[in-house]
Amino acid sequence: MKDLISGLNKIFDNRIRLGIMSVLMVNDSYDFNSLKQTLDVTDGNLASHLKTLEEKNMIRVNKQFIGKKPNTSYSVTDEGRQAFRHHLKILEELIKGQ
Amino acid sequence: MENNLSSSDDLKTIRKIMEESSRFLSLSGLSGIFAGLFAIAGAFVAWFFILHKGTIQYDDVLSSLYGNSSSLPGWQLIADALVVLVLSLLFSLWFSARRARKAGRILWTPVTKRLLVNFSVPLITGGLFVIILLIENHSELVIPGLLVFYGLALLNAGKFTYGEVFYLGLLEIITGLISAVLFKYGIWFWVFGFGALHIVYGLIMYRRYER
Repeated sequence: MKDLISGLNKIFDNRIRLGIMSVLMVNDSYDFNSLKQTLDVTDGNLASHLKTLEEKNMIRVNKQFIGKKPNTSYSVTDEGRQAFRHHLKILEELIKGQ
Repeated sequence: MENNLSSSDDLKTIRKIMEESSRFLSLSGLSGIFAGLFAIAGAFVAWFFILHKGTIQYDDVLSSLYGNSSSLPGWQLIADALVVLVLSLLFSLWFSARRARKAGRILWTPVTKRLLVNFSVPLITGGLFVIILLIENHSELVIPGLLVFYGLALLNAGKFTYGEVFYLGLLEIITGLISAVLFKYGIWFWVFGFGALHIVYGLIMYRRYER
């Protein structure tokens, strides 16, 4: 059991980061405002967690302009996808071992 | 033990977020029921007031749009169908907004956009195709065309909402294909495809997800 828990990725031990990853796993890309609404969090809070995920190379940032308005969207990297799948697997095993 | 509890919580949250962000879950069964009722009401109006209780064939009426005989009944039939379409869409929008509000969900999300694009492209293609059928005087294929393309639109949209929509689409396509062979009974296939199927689908969805 101890081994399993140590296998859990520290990056995903936060609810908001977990939420961001869950959205991006099933969507090719998702913009900032939609993420904010889906997860029901504040701008600053979301931005800081996105930054953490980006720094750990879990997600990719795509900056675009729609007309004159900047539009930032996010998508999961291959590394992020793998890490998250692994995280899910361990969560499932932890429950089975209960 | 504490860890186990939180991991099952985590998984539940993850599943919920994945589902809500990749599927439009505000679609209401009531939309289906009302679309079905409007379709049947539309057919009723057509049958009694435009086609004189079936003594006139709907495709003959439509063929007269560009013929020498009176084109009025043809336009009445088209107006009738458009009223059914607009009422169904408006009610469907209203029921979706209501359901989203009740569930505390947002109506307009990226997945809503994707659903609409995937639904509209086959549907608008079908609309244009049917207009071409009318112009080229193949009006017996108008109802089969509407059913088949509407079915394709549902089939396509089914990926972004409840899976049942996919199967409703399949049934509409099958109904459309059969009606293309038995085109003299077009109006009955309209009643079955746009009326009965919608109502049955709506009742199933309402009982399954909204009670």
